[in-house]
Amino acid sequence: MTGKSVISVKNLVKKFGNFTANDNLCFEVYEGEIFGFLGANGAGKTTALRILSGLLEPTSGEVTVAGYDVSKDSEKIKKNIGYMCQKFSLYDDLTVSENIVLYGGIYGLDNQSLRERKNKLLKQLRFEEYETRLIVDLPLGLKQKLAFSVAIIHNPRIVFLDEPTGGVDPVTRRQFWEMIWETASKGITIFVTTHYMDEAEYCDRVSIMSEGRIVAIDTPENLKKQYNAETIEQVFVRIARPLKN
Amino acid sequence: MAPVIESVNISKKFGNITALYDVSFEVNVNEIFGFIGPDGSGKTTLFRIIATLLLPDSGSMKVLGLDSVSGFKSLRREIGYMPGRFSLYQDLTVEENLKFYATVFGASVEENYYLIADIYSHIEPFRKRLAGNLSGGMKQKLALSCALIHKPKLLILDEPTTGVDAVSRTEFWAMLERLKEYGISVIVSTPYMDEAMRCSRVALIQNGRILSVDAPLKIRDSFSRRLFRIRAGDKYSLINALRKYPETVTAFPFGDSVHTTFKGDSYDNSLSEYLIKCGLTDVTIQETKAGIEDRFLELMENSDQKNTDQIF
Repeated sequence: MTGKSVISVKNLVKKFGNFTANDNLCFEVYEGEIFGFLGANGAGKTTALRILSGLLEPTSGEVTVAGYDVSKDSEKIKKNIGYMCQKFSLYDDLTVSENIVLYGGIYGLDNQSLRERKNKLLKQLRFEEYETRLIVDLPLGLKQKLAFSVAIIHNPRIVFLDEPTGGVDPVTRRQFWEMIWETASKGITIFVTTHYMDEAEYCDRVSIMSEGRIVAIDTPENLKKQYNAETIEQVFVRIARPLKN
Repeated sequence: MAPVIESVNISKKFGNITALYDVSFEVNVNEIFGFIGPDGSGKTTLFRIIATLLLPDSGSMKVLGLDSVSGFKSLRREIGYMPGRFSLYQDLTVEENLKFYATVFGASVEENYYLIADIYSHIEPFRKRLAGNLSGGMKQKLALSCALIHKPKLLILDEPTTGVDAVSRTEFWAMLERLKEYGISVIVSTPYMDEAMRCSRVALIQNGRILSVDAPLKIRDSFSRRLFRIRAGDKYSLINALRKYPETVTAFPFGDSVHTTFKGDSYDNSLSEYLIKCGLTDVTIQETKAGIEDRFLELMENSDQKNTDQIF
């Protein structure tokens, strides 16, 4: 992967009391890259993700996201990133249109560009007929596509996806990955955390965390070669031992 | 031996929504039988009917030789049910939960401990901890222990591995495998195709209908076309180019490549020429073996075209 670095992490340490959640992490993520951030439950992924999105300060180390230092400019980082989590990304009791307007407003779009982007988005997703429907009434697959579109409505440099395609059918899932490929091809970086190793296979590069450290980082193809494995799942099971508590 | 489950034309509606439509299948003794399908496909409704917690609108459901409607009382003693949502008592400790479930069924932890030993030993060091304070993987192990502690003949597991990391999932499937030795049959649902390969047989379920029931290898091998794995530097341009190529039948993203089928089941030199003309670099085309997910996609395309069109 070539190109500009949009996430740069040097010697990141995060401690909670005596517990070291992130132990000297070092990695770069590049513009337009689909980067998979893997690890067992409790490996320290969520802590790192919170630091990268400006919600938590590191104990030490240098972390820049979209060119801004997470310790000094976390507000600027928040304007340059999008976030989508499968569980609670959209408000069930608001309509499709209201959700788009709400998120666009939070991300700081003015009324004019918000209107334009909303119409474009509804058209792209072929969602015009759903505009006034409540989110609660939409099938899961449509919700996920909408949640992703809303997460990039402000054209961020990076979008963080937390287990994006859990539970959907294989066709919808593929439509979702096509949207991700399309977004990455426009230069937006995709940062995916997931437990599902077949999602990892879609990434340009993946890192695997265990007990607060990054124990592997490479393309899925190289990792499979290195560990003589057929799938990333096999690589993962071999090296990402879960914490014993 | 008589089947563990005999489902004949089970249908269930909720208002206008048909959750299950004429669902028929059989599960044999000592099988690990998987229901693979997305959220909303009807898996949970079906499991609730099998577990005697919901009445079907029509059809007949026999479980362990008993009718699930008229025989529900005896049946409940014979089955272990682990619902998709964590439903143990969060304000009881690990140990208290286990003891409670054993007692409800008139069993004791001591007499059946051997059944859960290799699962429960992982969480035993935390037996004094409240269930609500366990991690996801440990909650799942406790829930499985509680569903097993009365030595059921049939274990019903609704999405036991959702949200659980790959290492714990691997351990979990190994544990299920060992239950066979004790004559416990298992039905298990999952939205994840890769778990299908761990089952003795699987039913693919979509929109309340069973698309196919067979051994996972047989399902995989019934993919009807030759499948080609195509890669290029720019995946998004590649899939768009392939979709426009007149000989293409289907083109789906699959990891770092596009799984493609062609009319006449083959391609000629004009394909690479075309892809190069589209500006693609580093193009490789290889024939590949279909996976179970390829077959699921094919079945969905065939039997479900109308539904899919309505949704998208």
